[in-house]
Amino acid sequence: MDNDTLQHKMRELKTQFPALNQTVYGRPLVYLDNAATTQKPQRVIDSISEYYSKWNANIHRGAHYLANASTEKFEATRSALAEMLHANFREEIIFNQGSTDSVNMLSTILENEVEEGDEIWVTEMEHHSNFVPWQMLALKKKAHFRYIPMLPSGEWDLDYAKNEITDRAKIVAFNWVSNALGTVNPIEELIRLAKSAGAYVVVDGAQAVAHFDINVQTLNCDFFLFSAHKMYGPTGLGVLWGKKELLEKLPPYRYGGEMIKKVSVTGTTFNVLPFKYESGTPNIEAVIAFNESISFCKEVGRENMHAHEYFLLKTATERLKEIERMTVYADIPNKVGVLSFNVEDIHSADIGTLLDQQGIAVRTGHHCTQPLWEKLGTTGSVRASFACYNTVEDVELFIAALNKSVNMLR
Amino acid sequence: MIEQKQQEIIEEFAFFEEWMHKYEHIIELGKEMKGLTEEEKKDDLLVAGCQSKVWLKASLEENGTVKIEADSDAIITRGLVALVVSVFNHETPHEILNANIHFMNDIGLVSNLSQTRSNGLAAMVKQILLYATVFQAQQKSN
Repeated sequence: MDNDTLQHKMRELKTQFPALNQTVYGRPLVYLDNAATTQKPQRVIDSISEYYSKWNANIHRGAHYLANASTEKFEATRSALAEMLHANFREEIIFNQGSTDSVNMLSTILENEVEEGDEIWVTEMEHHSNFVPWQMLALKKKAHFRYIPMLPSGEWDLDYAKNEITDRAKIVAFNWVSNALGTVNPIEELIRLAKSAGAYVVVDGAQAVAHFDINVQTLNCDFFLFSAHKMYGPTGLGVLWGKKELLEKLPPYRYGGEMIKKVSVTGTTFNVLPFKYESGTPNIEAVIAFNESISFCKEVGRENMHAHEYFLLKTATERLKEIERMTVYADIPNKVGVLSFNVEDIHSADIGTLLDQQGIAVRTGHHCTQPLWEKLGTTGSVRASFACYNTVEDVELFIAALNKSVNMLR
Repeated sequence: MIEQKQQEIIEEFAFFEEWMHKYEHIIELGKEMKGLTEEEKKDDLLVAGCQSKVWLKASLEENGTVKIEADSDAIITRGLVALVVSVFNHETPHEILNANIHFMNDIGLVSNLSQTRSNGLAAMVKQILLYATVFQAQQKSN
């Protein structure tokens, strides 16, 4: 579809998001903090409300009408996710609290796979949530914690990876898209490299799920994880996909109810997948409502979302570069709608404060990626990130407010 | 005295009707403040701050009052720091510990100081109170 048609189509989306239809400090809200979390469409909000109005019951246990109804809806989301990810088995989908939870789970259940002297790999651009758990695992197992360096352009140094990743690598964990810069990484190539080295491959898809179609079969990674709230879904819900044979082989993570088969004073046996990894009462409302987000993304089409956001990114980037003493990070073609920048001699927090006063919501600071900023020789940036519901008018308001802020601070 | 200084700030800010003028004034205060030297802006004087950093130095003067110097790497935070310094500076530990700090809320800049961790102001006020507690104990033991 041509750009005008696309813009027209996407323009209608904004009305589906009630949180966007409000003023802050007397100004229309321009929400450009979508890499932190996206707003939720009405259908997701309605679903949460409907769950508590009609279906609330604990799942998988009760022998009554409501328990069966809520279980059915809960499991329907699992099936929708299996379809979305092209998983071979629906029990490969594990629900938890979020991406951070997933990485902590993986770094725990993979513990016995790592021996002293092995290597655990991440990249220099990882979010702390996909960095620190691996660092701690390496420390605990006396393994070597290694990282693929980031080039000044905000891309991986793949040549380094090609030379250095050998059969000593036991785990290779990396993000598909950088949360701080928006770089879309060549994960297919790194997965191939890591797999041929015989390593477990963990892909953090948190920043990718709202922009790209996902096929875990063609990716051929071992684990793929993301958070519902980054793709127009509820907060407090994470999705971990893992290859069935691995999830069956690896030990449980949290012990408790639901995840057991038989408990006695002499011993306990564990439940089958996915329940083995879903102890305790889950975030039922979020799982059920998340099905609406999955449908929303499917109906709008991630290809359309990405094309639209990319158009906004390019428009904003060009306008931004007209500002004097501006540094745009990772000004490269392979990006999602994330615009990370600094103005010389002005602190990012100051820009954020003044943008906020004008109704523009952005994020400032290190974005939980301190090693990345250390490489780029600074401590953080201003980050504007676009979602499918943002418009060219949002970009115009943002640029005008930014110019005003910079003038006040100079 | 602390209450009087707070009232003066509140009156000063009551003049500004537009957010821009309010912030321009804060930025001006930030630019005017003497602050700390680059050598002093080290980790041992760093009170906290996630997005912007705040450094704080306090000493007990011979006349029994507390001398406070501070700084920040962000200019708006620096202006807010200047306001906090002006309220607490040259007061006795006893007055500092018994003060009710409300001016930030009243001028509509920081709605809840105790919750505002990101700019380091809450940590700064807490650190001033800690210094005052130590200085008061020193005064009593002398």
